[in-house]
Amino acid sequence: MSSVANHEVAKSGSILSGPAEFREFPDWFRDQQRAAWQQFESLPQPTRKDQAWRFANVGLLDLGPFKISSPLSEDDRKNILKYSSGLDHYAARMIFGNDQLIERDVVSDDLKRRGVIFQPLERAIVEHADLFRKYFMSTEAALGSAKFAALHKALVSSGTFLFVPRGVEIEQPIEIFHWLRHDDVSIFPHLLLVTDELAKVTVIEHFRSCNRTAPGFACGVNDLIAGPGAKVTYVCAQNWASNVIALQMNSTTVDHDASAMSLNLHLGSRYSRFESLSRLIGEGGRSDLLAVAVAKHEQEFDARTLQDHVSPHTASDLLYKNALDDRARTIFGGLIRVEPHAHFADAYQKVRNLLLSDDAEANSMPGLEILADNVRCTHGATSGQIEEDQLFYLRSRGIPTKAAQRLLVTGFLDEVIQRLNHSAIATHLHRVIEEKFAA
Amino acid sequence: MKELNIENLHVTVGDQEIVRGLTLRVPRGEVHALMGPNGSGKSTLAKVLAGHLDYQVTAGKVFMDGENLLELEPDERARRGLFMAFQYPSEIPGVTIANFLRAALQSRLPEGEELEATDYYAKLYEKIELLGMDRSFTSRAVNEGFSGGEKKRTEILQLAILEPKYAVLDETDSGLDIDALKTVAHGVNSLRGPDLGILLITHYQRLLNYIIPDHVHVMVAGRIVRSGRKELALELEERGYDWAREGAFEAVYTR
Ligand SMILES: Nc1ncnc2c1ncn2[C@@H]1O[C@H](COP(=O)(O)OP(=O)(O)O)[C@@H](O)[C@H]1O
Ligand SMILES: [Mg+2]
Repeated sequence: MSSVANHEVAKSGSILSGPAEFREFPDWFRDQQRAAWQQFESLPQPTRKDQAWRFANVGLLDLGPFKISSPLSEDDRKNILKYSSGLDHYAARMIFGNDQLIERDVVSDDLKRRGVIFQPLERAIVEHADLFRKYFMSTEAALGSAKFAALHKALVSSGTFLFVPRGVEIEQPIEIFHWLRHDDVSIFPHLLLVTDELAKVTVIEHFRSCNRTAPGFACGVNDLIAGPGAKVTYVCAQNWASNVIALQMNSTTVDHDASAMSLNLHLGSRYSRFESLSRLIGEGGRSDLLAVAVAKHEQEFDARTLQDHVSPHTASDLLYKNALDDRARTIFGGLIRVEPHAHFADAYQKVRNLLLSDDAEANSMPGLEILADNVRCTHGATSGQIEEDQLFYLRSRGIPTKAAQRLLVTGFLDEVIQRLNHSAIATHLHRVIEEKFAA
Repeated sequence: MKELNIENLHVTVGDQEIVRGLTLRVPRGEVHALMGPNGSGKSTLAKVLAGHLDYQVTAGKVFMDGENLLELEPDERARRGLFMAFQYPSEIPGVTIANFLRAALQSRLPEGEELEATDYYAKLYEKIELLGMDRSFTSRAVNEGFSGGEKKRTEILQLAILEPKYAVLDETDSGLDIDALKTVAHGVNSLRGPDLGILLITHYQRLLNYIIPDHVHVMVAGRIVRSGRKELALELEERGYDWAREGAFEAVYTR
């Protein structure tokens, strides 16, 4: 093989060379991908001067080194399967490595008969084209990452489509794993969750790396649609390797009398940006936005949120807690917007930062835009340190300082995790947090 | 000698001397009551023994079974067998009693050894019953939203689980109604024995009707001014702290 050919192989492997033509997608989808690619190329790279990127280390967003993923070996698949342990009980599962579907445990026959669809994206595009198309990336990324949402749309090649029909309640959580394998690989995890009237479902996604230090790029989208009276719970346990750059764009749409609760746990990555847009479009809707982050070393967690009250009598409640050690940084930029006519809205926003080191830095930018009457709204962001008296109390029982600090951090974060009211998931989240402390 | 031995201890907070030459011995197996009016420095003494950093020891020594206690970190003191029940215990949000006590016991095991969970819960529930508490209590966050009485019981629960060699109980009776007082006293009495020395701090005689001390010491303005048998508590109740204070100079000069 000539060196020229080699060079071309390398070039075509870069994500900056555009959507791969070899994917067997329907034309409409490919057209969308092409259009999205053009959009990606035409939108400017964010700078720190953009309000939506204020405080962010945008220099880390150089995508040059990242490659389109190559197929996994049989060994890789086996190993990924072996390490994909999460909850003890689940209703169904999908496991992806480098965006390739490795395993799917389907939903029960009963749920299938009642119309539940749980499919990899590439199948849903074909088999449920109308339903899928109606919701696929239908909410614009309005919190700064339009460029990366376009990139995602252009390069997404797999993911999960979950549809829960009217009145169907799925008791056990549905689990999804996304793994990064190989250095400098990029993946585009996608979840589209659509619930019809009065449906009920809990989904947990696990983001992991095979190698604890391998660099990589994850650019994910999850869109949650809660139909009238539906109840949607979404949990994401992000635990990428320490050199991964990650972007995650969420939109949650809550119809009347529906409730959505999402909890994002941020443990891994070098830089992880999480955008969450909750739209309350029907009366009586409620959205709970929860996040927990443990940031160490040079890690940077960048959260941008919008609680958008479109309809009257809607409620949103955001609780984000960050524990920061070493030289870690967190950014919170959160806006509560109560649109005209969205009277009688309840909107809350609370951010708490626990600083474990003098060099850690927590930035908070809460914002309000209230255009309706009779609105109840509170917001506040505070930073503090471990209380000396609490530390002394634990030490006076024999617990060494390090362990006592961990216990206090765990306790600090627990308030958020308890809001889920799901003991199996809480236990799992605490376990992965413990593992990060122990590492 | 198996004893907690406090010799001529001086403690300051800021530039104020709070403990001013205190000498006291609590042999293992005995219960010593330490009585004194508010502000006499009892809690300061307790916290200094536990290793609180707000307090500065300017002179004196403390030995626990011959070991220099003041050289040890607070958590080391606890692991070697000292326990202090706080007058005002801290609230620890999000940390359950069960997890907290498990961490405390785990810290007493050699590196790499895991606490046996079944045995632990059996012991925890046994002690919970001893103190007339409900099992569900163990999954509540430590002291968070507890009543005064619940906090004091939780302190004694910890004492029962951790099985120290010496326990300093700071006003464990305050804020308790008579039933709660009896339960707590019953808990403490059931732990009495040749392996445990107790320093029982109180400013009421009431508790001593239920936990009968071997010795009573009266502390005024940072010093022990009188020591005696259990009858001293009754005499003190009758004659008041002014009477005890009169002995202050005498007590100092006889040392
Ligand atoms: N951390 C502290 N900072 C300043 N003063 C203190 C502190 N702790 C105790 N003191 C003072 O020391 C004196 C003795 O207090 P304390 O030991 O609590 O007495 P007791 O427990 O006998 O009531 C009081 O005058 C109190 O105000
Ligand atoms: Mg006191």
